[in-house]
Amino acid sequence: MTVLARTVEVTRRYGEVLALDGVSLDIRQGELVGLLGPNGAGKSTLINLLVGLRRPTSGRVELLGGSPADPAVRRGIGVTPQETGLPQALRVGEIVDFVSAHFPEKTDKAELLARFGLEDLVKRQVGSLSGGQRRRLGVALAFAGRPRLVFLDEPTTGLDVEARRALWEGIRAFHAEGGTVLLTSHYLEEVEALARRVVVIGRGRVLADDTVQAVKEIVGVRRVSFGADTLPDLPGVLDVRREDGRFHLVVSDSDALVRELVGSGVPFGGLEIAPTSLEEAFLALTASEAAHV
Amino acid sequence: MSDPGLSHPGLARLVLAHTKVQLTEQRRIPIALVASTFFPAVAMLAFVVPNVEGAVAATVATASMVLFATMSSAMMGLGIGVAADRELPWDPYLRTLPAGPFPRFAARILTFMVIALISVVPVVVIAWLFTDATITPVRMLLGVAALMATTVPFMLIGLFIGYLLPSKAAIAVSQLLFFPIAILGGLLGNPMDLPAFIDVVAPYMPSRGAVQLIWLATTDVPTQTLPIVMLGVWTVVMGLLAAWAYRRDEGRRFS
Repeated sequence: MTVLARTVEVTRRYGEVLALDGVSLDIRQGELVGLLGPNGAGKSTLINLLVGLRRPTSGRVELLGGSPADPAVRRGIGVTPQETGLPQALRVGEIVDFVSAHFPEKTDKAELLARFGLEDLVKRQVGSLSGGQRRRLGVALAFAGRPRLVFLDEPTTGLDVEARRALWEGIRAFHAEGGTVLLTSHYLEEVEALARRVVVIGRGRVLADDTVQAVKEIVGVRRVSFGADTLPDLPGVLDVRREDGRFHLVVSDSDALVRELVGSGVPFGGLEIAPTSLEEAFLALTASEAAHV
Repeated sequence: MSDPGLSHPGLARLVLAHTKVQLTEQRRIPIALVASTFFPAVAMLAFVVPNVEGAVAATVATASMVLFATMSSAMMGLGIGVAADRELPWDPYLRTLPAGPFPRFAARILTFMVIALISVVPVVVIAWLFTDATITPVRMLLGVAALMATTVPFMLIGLFIGYLLPSKAAIAVSQLLFFPIAILGGLLGNPMDLPAFIDVVAPYMPSRGAVQLIWLATTDVPTQTLPIVMLGVWTVVMGLLAAWAYRRDEGRRFS
């Protein structure tokens, strides 16, 4: 299958901070890829490299067979502005016309606006739109130039359920027609609803690149804590911390762990099991990886 | 770098699209235009109308004030505008569009020239109504052409400030620079009778060279060569500095 975007061993530094650390990734034609990771993981940096806003410190970035720094190459992509950045004084229709003017092929304006539920807002100034309407306009702009590959950075953050579903429908329709999408989110639900393939990024590295199901299993880890003097050998432990006489474990299968813990005969008390946040799960994943390397 | 693709949507069409958007924004937020028009008109009424008599002196003073008006919108308007735009998330989005920096840069200059021409109108009207200034239509056209040319170094100063500094600093710095450049170039007060100190410094200020070029176009007042040469030097130096600030900004924006 044709590769539309590719990074090869890409590293990006901001001064002392290493935002991306040897990331290699292929986005193939027709894929809908979710890029998942906590804030500060390097998602935005990766997108910025792919759309030509940044150059890598080392490594190579390819976009549609060329360089993202070349404006002609960027005719094949669509990008979403942050909704806070849309020029307040301009009307919805004017912004769509302005963005469309950059592309040789354009999506019909009425059709584009209708697809994102904006058809009644053509004459409205951006300053008078609600947050959700601005967000939808921002996402619509990514599709204005009939792109082959669309980058959507946190497209539905802060939207209500209904607006979120409407946006998802628009994205699905584009994908169904053969369009390729790279979507970032820190919500697993969103990636689950749209993507087949998920790339998990943490601390600038690719932690997992797999199906949604496989990543869900990784993310389904639990935090188990209990008070005990010693810790017996237990299965599936990703991370261990000891604090005030209690052990805090991040584990892949809490049921199996508790059975083993009871079976080991080690006295313990105050057992608690809690779901972890996505961020904790990612950190555990990073930590376990470091421990095994 | 040859880029045959850039001709497809057409570079001219892109410049037009960017200019249209910038002008529309200006028109919808007219207070900025009011400020850049009001300021020189008031200065004209306060400094030139009560103090200047005679056709030549009035024409010279009006030409100076017209330059004063465009200088202020070039340095302050452009400097603050660029700095403020850079801080909006819309700016990185525009850089992902298939355009390159040129259409936006060209649109900024065109938009600025439109605003500059508008801000000149009240000054000229005041001169016509309340002073002895006279001018032929040909000289008026020459004057407008000279004005547009001489604003280039001030636009470059504005772009330099705008690309170098965050917007709050750009507001302060452009004002701090604007008034000394205007005063030391002898734009305020009687241009024919400068205080001794200013008389020494003025030839090296870009404002002096600019105003002399405009006098050359609009009046028969004798002009010196040094200030006009210095204007060329300022243009080259500020062009290099503005280009440097622009490149530096591209590299640093999201650090």
